Amino acid sequence: MIVGKQKPLSEIREMIADYKKVLILGCGTCVTICFAGGEREAAILASSLRMADKIDGKERVFSEYTVKRQCEREFLEELDDKVKEVDAVLSLACGIGVQALAERFPTTPILPGLNTSFLGFPDEHGVWSETCSACGDCVLDQTGGICPITRCTKGLLNGPCGGTNNGKCEVDPEKDCAWTLIYQRLEKQGKLDFMRKYYPPRNFQAVVRPGKITME
Amino acid sequence: MAKPFREVLNSGKFVVTSEVAPPKGTNLEELLHHIDLLKNKVDALNVTDNQSSVMRFPSVGAAILIKERGGEPILQMTCRDRNRLALQADILFAYTRGIRNVLCLTGDSIPVGDHKEAKGVFDLDSVQLLNMIRIMESGKDLGGNDLDGVVEFCAGAIVTPEARPIEPQLIKFEKKIAAGAEFFQTQAVYDLDNLRRFMEFARRYDNVKILAGIVLLASAGMARYMDKNVPGIFVPQDLIDELAGAEKGKALETGIQIAGRLIRTIKEEAICDGVHIMAIGREGVVPDILAAAGI
Repeated sequence: MIVGKQKPLSEIREMIADYKKVLILGCGTCVTICFAGGEREAAILASSLRMADKIDGKERVFSEYTVKRQCEREFLEELDDKVKEVDAVLSLACGIGVQALAERFPTTPILPGLNTSFLGFPDEHGVWSETCSACGDCVLDQTGGICPITRCTKGLLNGPCGGTNNGKCEVDPEKDCAWTLIYQRLEKQGKLDFMRKYYPPRNFQAVVRPGKITME
Repeated sequence: MAKPFREVLNSGKFVVTSEVAPPKGTNLEELLHHIDLLKNKVDALNVTDNQSSVMRFPSVGAAILIKERGGEPILQMTCRDRNRLALQADILFAYTRGIRNVLCLTGDSIPVGDHKEAKGVFDLDSVQLLNMIRIMESGKDLGGNDLDGVVEFCAGAIVTPEARPIEPQLIKFEKKIAAGAEFFQTQAVYDLDNLRRFMEFARRYDNVKILAGIVLLASAGMARYMDKNVPGIFVPQDLIDELAGAEKGKALETGIQIAGRLIRTIKEEAICDGVHIMAIGREGVVPDILAAAGI
């Protein structure tokens, strides 16, 4: 899933400073699961913005709505009437949703209320971890199902760097060293030969950015 | 003129290397002073490459200065700041300026340094960088194109003999040898039993030379800090106590003696093929360490 984090209220307020009527638009898929931009978060953000405006003596109208998925055109049709009535839309979707909206409503400013952080999964309650970089050239069959491109801070393909420390990473002692995890997993599977193999430099043509896939 | 480093490695003598660090800025005075002080006292001088991810004068620039002054440079190259095009270009340039030794490193990660918001490149890793050197020696670049004029390098790498866990580190060590590493300069080691254990493994490969890393311990505080914070470095308590027990103002002298003693033991017992002395900002005392080691 796509994991995002709401931008600070001050930044959001700066973004909407010029607009009188703002639609706060939640997304019912990934960002709902990571508690960043679902129906509930849209409602909480709307209340916070109303309260902040009240304190500042500002008059502004906020409406709220949530669609199932902002990243697919068919889910955006129901928004046509709602968007017509506002000066701007504050989208709580990922960057894909924001852009899909911007494409459908080219004359209305579509503002990002979230920072889209990464592709990952819920590790434990309230904790999400990045696990995939969408590199287009998956090696998980050879790395014990642990992605070194994503989970090693340097994206190394041939084993751990010298910064590995008791199974943790040099950039953050809270984060696991991916290569220690890979070693342990492959050892359990009796597949350490995968780790002994030389991996050539990555092929960045695996996905020519920006990526585009056409069904064959 | 200094002897080519590969010749020294293959001579069977106890090899001694040290390192100099380029300045942050254009004032080369201290760097040149260190080069002149050390160039005839050690077999080769490493030049660090934006070490600890701190932006500095380029390693290739300082390596050229060593060469010009009659020393034998080992060009450190990390994969952190350049993609494969830039790394190859720098290797071509270094070769044309008489540089013949390269130490291939992955490089520290960006957030440990002084440009925390920068992009870490890591287009290649240390094993791939070693392999790149060998491919270029064969007359090709990484794109498979012919080179008009090839390179030839004595290529080395690093290893952390006390890494925890050690097994993944040893696998990488073997991959580096397979990719063409001729010598290794190790992360700092203070516990010689651990070094001996590592060497039992490393001796399976008689085609590579191992130089034990010796980082000068300048104070008990520094020793404690490294022990606690630097991955793969462990300073035994008795050394910390020895530094802490030094008379006021004598900690550095004690550190020099400790380094000298370690080197002497490594040499006398032929634990490995040589040492790599890292004085980290105190390059001026490297001759004192050598004297303490009886070299």
